[in-house]
Amino acid sequence: MDIIYTIWLRNMKRYIRSKSRIIGSISMPLFFLLFLGFGLNSVVQLPGIGGNYIVFLIPGMVAMSVLFTSVFSGIQIIWDKQFGFLKETLVAPVSRLEIMLGQTLGGATTAVLQGFMILILSLFIGLHVSNPVGFLIALGFMIMIGISFTAFGIAIASRMEDMTGFQLIMNFVVFPIFGLSGALFPISSLPAWMGPVTLIDPLTYGVEGIRYGLTGVSQVNPLICFAVIGVFSIMMTVLGAFLFRKIKF
Amino acid sequence: MTVAIHIENLTRRFNDLVAVDNISFDIEHGEIFGLLGPNGAGKTTTLSMLSTMLKPTSGSATVNGIDIERDEDGVRKSIGIVFQDQSLDEELTAWENMDFHGRLYRIPADIRKQRITELLRLVELEDRQHDIVKTFSGGMRRRLEIARGLLHHPSVLFLDEPTLGLDPQTRNHLWQYIATLAREKGITIILTTHYMDEADRLCNRIAIIDHGKIIALDTPKNLKDGIGGDVVTIRSPDPAAIVAALAEPWISRVEQHNDEVIVSLKNAEQHISTIVTLLNTKQVPIESIAIHKPTLEDVFLSFTGKTIREEEADHKTNMRMYQKMVRH
Ligand SMILES: Nc1ncnc2c1ncn2[C@@H]1O[C@H](COP(=O)(O)OP(=O)(O)OP(=O)(O)O)[C@@H](O)[C@H]1O
Ligand SMILES: [Mg+2]
Repeated sequence: MDIIYTIWLRNMKRYIRSKSRIIGSISMPLFFLLFLGFGLNSVVQLPGIGGNYIVFLIPGMVAMSVLFTSVFSGIQIIWDKQFGFLKETLVAPVSRLEIMLGQTLGGATTAVLQGFMILILSLFIGLHVSNPVGFLIALGFMIMIGISFTAFGIAIASRMEDMTGFQLIMNFVVFPIFGLSGALFPISSLPAWMGPVTLIDPLTYGVEGIRYGLTGVSQVNPLICFAVIGVFSIMMTVLGAFLFRKIKF
Repeated sequence: MTVAIHIENLTRRFNDLVAVDNISFDIEHGEIFGLLGPNGAGKTTTLSMLSTMLKPTSGSATVNGIDIERDEDGVRKSIGIVFQDQSLDEELTAWENMDFHGRLYRIPADIRKQRITELLRLVELEDRQHDIVKTFSGGMRRRLEIARGLLHHPSVLFLDEPTLGLDPQTRNHLWQYIATLAREKGITIILTTHYMDEADRLCNRIAIIDHGKIIALDTPKNLKDGIGGDVVTIRSPDPAAIVAALAEPWISRVEQHNDEVIVSLKNAEQHISTIVTLLNTKQVPIESIAIHKPTLEDVFLSFTGKTIREEEADHKTNMRMYQKMVRH
């Protein structure tokens, strides 16, 4: 526990000091919210989902914020490798599992904090959280998304030598995961053949879970969402831990 | 004396390359032990294996009696290491880097705090302890890394090129700390360095490693004595003639390096006039002549033949000259 906390603490210290990164990574979802949200609010009709596009978009942007921050936090291990700091951690008499779990929790915490900021800002543009339980449900889903994708980032970073492959992963893995998740549009509005694709995207369940928490409506049963994203986060943690164990330095 | 490190037939391959080739030796407790060798000799690879970061291909080693393969954590607890490349978190302060280390090694909070204060004072960083490492100079970073390596009171400390790239003043300073530490805390120190004068002054024993093999291992004094006395360097337009002229029983060694001839002999001061007379009677021209006490530099050169390897052709003439001289 001490070791996990130590690694987590370091992540927090670095996070709090990186003001430009904090601002940088909330700017994109915020930009989407303002322009897409206000721009499309009067044009887009969402039958059966309350009809308000901004309110529909908010959970998506919260999820987006958590997704990108957590993948990035996981990938940070590559920087540690390049700056030599990883050696300092790996040569200590601690298990790799503890290091990996500390890193995962650290990344997930920063990601959730980033998502939380979007959530707070959303209160000013139309989000009404009337039910505190719903709010906690949304938070729970944010945590699970954060854990899943930080672990995913660690898994990737454990197999990468440097940052050159990073753009490839972003373009061919992370953006599709985001695009197909129903963060920007209702999954039911897609052509029928794409339905199954959105349903194999784990983030879909995360987004729908947050949406259920914040707005009370979702297109996927929240219990199913919980089960899928829960299992996914365990799977990613196991995969990340497995690959991190074999990291070379 | 007890053995701190025992190495037996240790070998590490990287594909076809044998980075460390079947080395064996012991390091005693409390010793300062130097590993000297050119770039790529296998020094870092050896330290990586001893610190459990790299698995040996074959052979074995123990650190404080603990097998490096069987009990990694046991070894890790008892060693400190300063890596060749920097390994600090630049976004954290000096204090936070130390604190992180202390927590990783499970040092209780009160002791941790006390030791960090003490060590930061020792390496003269207490004024800068709350500054971010990014703002530190190379020397300050190195000092911080050494302090960090000592935080958990290791009984064996590995220092891989601890002073590389630092100015002479900082280097001196650092070596003083290291020598004092070894003496006061009874820590065994294994270091690698490119600065041979420093190794000479500091190390109790030195192993010269080249192409993964230990080619010499002894005290600096014995290594230098092995050269065969003082070193006389003679420059001449006709170095080969000098080699031929100096085949005398009181000369222990004559070697040609480019346009210089390096002569080893005992009591060079007394013999220098004889050498000059000898060369004059044989009408061999001399450009300059210099005497110095042997250094590890000379030992290194004589064992690794570094300049010889640079020029293959030269190497062959040299060998012929040497053989001619011996036959004479
Ligand atoms: N991870 C690796 N993969 C492949 N080859 C390696 C690896 N690490 C080291 N080597 C090779 O092993 C040899 C020994 O390297 P090592 O780093 O031990 O040398 P060194 O004596 O520390 O040199 P230097 O003085 O430059 O630090 C070199 O030829 C190097 O290229
Ligand atoms: Mg090296």
